[in-house]
Amino acid sequence: MDKLAEYLQYPFVRYALIVGVLIALCSSLLGVPLVLKRFSFIGDGLSHVAFGAMCIATVLKLSNNMLLIMPVTIIGAVLILRTGTNTKIKGDAIIAMISVAALAFGYLIMNFSNTPNLAGDVCTTLFGSTSILTLSRADVWLCIIMSVLVLVIFVLFYHRIFAVTFDENFARATGMDTEKYNLLIAIITAVIIVLAMNLVGSLLISALIIFPAISAMRLFHNYFKVTVFSAIFAVICAFSGIIISILAGTPVGSTIVGVNVLAFAVCWSIGKLRGTAA
Amino acid sequence: MALLTVNDVSLGYDGRAIAEHLSFTVEKGDYLCIVGENGSGKTTLMKTLLNLKKPLAGEIITGDDLKPGEIGYLPQQTEVQRDFPASVMEVVLSGCLSRMGNRVFYSREEKQLAVENMKRMGILDRADQCYRELSGGQQQRVLLARALCATQKVLLLDEPVAGLDPKVTADMYRLIQSLNKEGITIIMVSHDVAAALQYAKHILHVGNRVFFGTREEYSSSKLGRLFLEQEGGEA
Repeated sequence: MDKLAEYLQYPFVRYALIVGVLIALCSSLLGVPLVLKRFSFIGDGLSHVAFGAMCIATVLKLSNNMLLIMPVTIIGAVLILRTGTNTKIKGDAIIAMISVAALAFGYLIMNFSNTPNLAGDVCTTLFGSTSILTLSRADVWLCIIMSVLVLVIFVLFYHRIFAVTFDENFARATGMDTEKYNLLIAIITAVIIVLAMNLVGSLLISALIIFPAISAMRLFHNYFKVTVFSAIFAVICAFSGIIISILAGTPVGSTIVGVNVLAFAVCWSIGKLRGTAA
Repeated sequence: MALLTVNDVSLGYDGRAIAEHLSFTVEKGDYLCIVGENGSGKTTLMKTLLNLKKPLAGEIITGDDLKPGEIGYLPQQTEVQRDFPASVMEVVLSGCLSRMGNRVFYSREEKQLAVENMKRMGILDRADQCYRELSGGQQQRVLLARALCATQKVLLLDEPVAGLDPKVTADMYRLIQSLNKEGITIIMVSHDVAAALQYAKHILHVGNRVFFGTREEYSSSKLGRLFLEQEGGEA
């Protein structure tokens, strides 16, 4: 405990906690509709797109790589989500295609940059490693603004997102512009994923999207409760994950994901026990 | 003027027509059954009536102040819905979305409307239950209540009794008939020709040959008799 109190005095630890919790919160909220729409892997796919964009930014030696990564990822998200159900290439295949292609080209391009520690750089991008502990004040503010924006949009469109997720055809038939909402979901997803790359790296982002949502679905049978619980679940896991990683000196991203997996196991068992008891 | 006038419409995918030169009208208070073999374009026709698809040719005119979006729709269940964590109330309320305009949350009137429609469908006591835990017949009632929240004028039902057992099927047909008697126009896609002949006022047969007329005309027509025999033989 003393050790923890001592660590909390460092601004970088507080920054990491703020950013980590906010990102986990946003991705868990979005996770519920994405998992239900059978787009669990979109996090994975888009983060690889973001990885590819980041490699290009590195090679081009851009000073602010967000300017490239953000738009490229948003375009990727739009391409993936707009395919919907009526195209020849189905959702899972298109995600897999875009994701591996971006990963491969990203790594290829990275080899053209003359960085001394290529393997280390790639590893950092993929697994997040320590970048969350080296956040600047500006990074934190960017993250706070983006997260608040995502939260506000989510609350404003809560009922419409529900309708589009539950039954897109019905929503369209009753005059809703479902394309617009799918686009909105795609853009928010892309924003969150780019932000989350700092936290857990591009290989582990899916965990932040999927685990809170499916854990909540084990326990609750009501959309509102599922949404609220998955948000609480994500916040607790991210918070304790970061604390543990600081105290134990483990990598931040994988520790958070580890905590998520354990917490899911707990929810799953409770759900099972309740199921057999009922 | 008729509620819906379909004028020489052709339907299909990617420019390839599967049903051509369809013309029919739906009057207020009508009960129209759309029958035909699998793949004859019944569902495509329904999607076109709902504005989900554009017809390849021809036009659909709405009359009697029927605005787009004022159609209630009972779709076939999708894979996604089967394990969707949502309460009955949440599903029914989502039928009110088209009334919301730019508002963010549901008003008291909309919640009241949802409650009334659940009462009408006899599922009010299940309002807090999870949609995926209901039986097939009850799920259909939930979706009907949702459709009724969206419209007071016309309901489009896509195979409303698919996968239901005979008793629940009969209940479902009675329920739909009682809605029709309350003045709601019913357009139903079905491959259950026997039931169509029992309840519908008009029949539209799509396929290689097209028929549109009252059910009496249909059962005495050559096409109708042929189709009835076929279906009867299969069942």
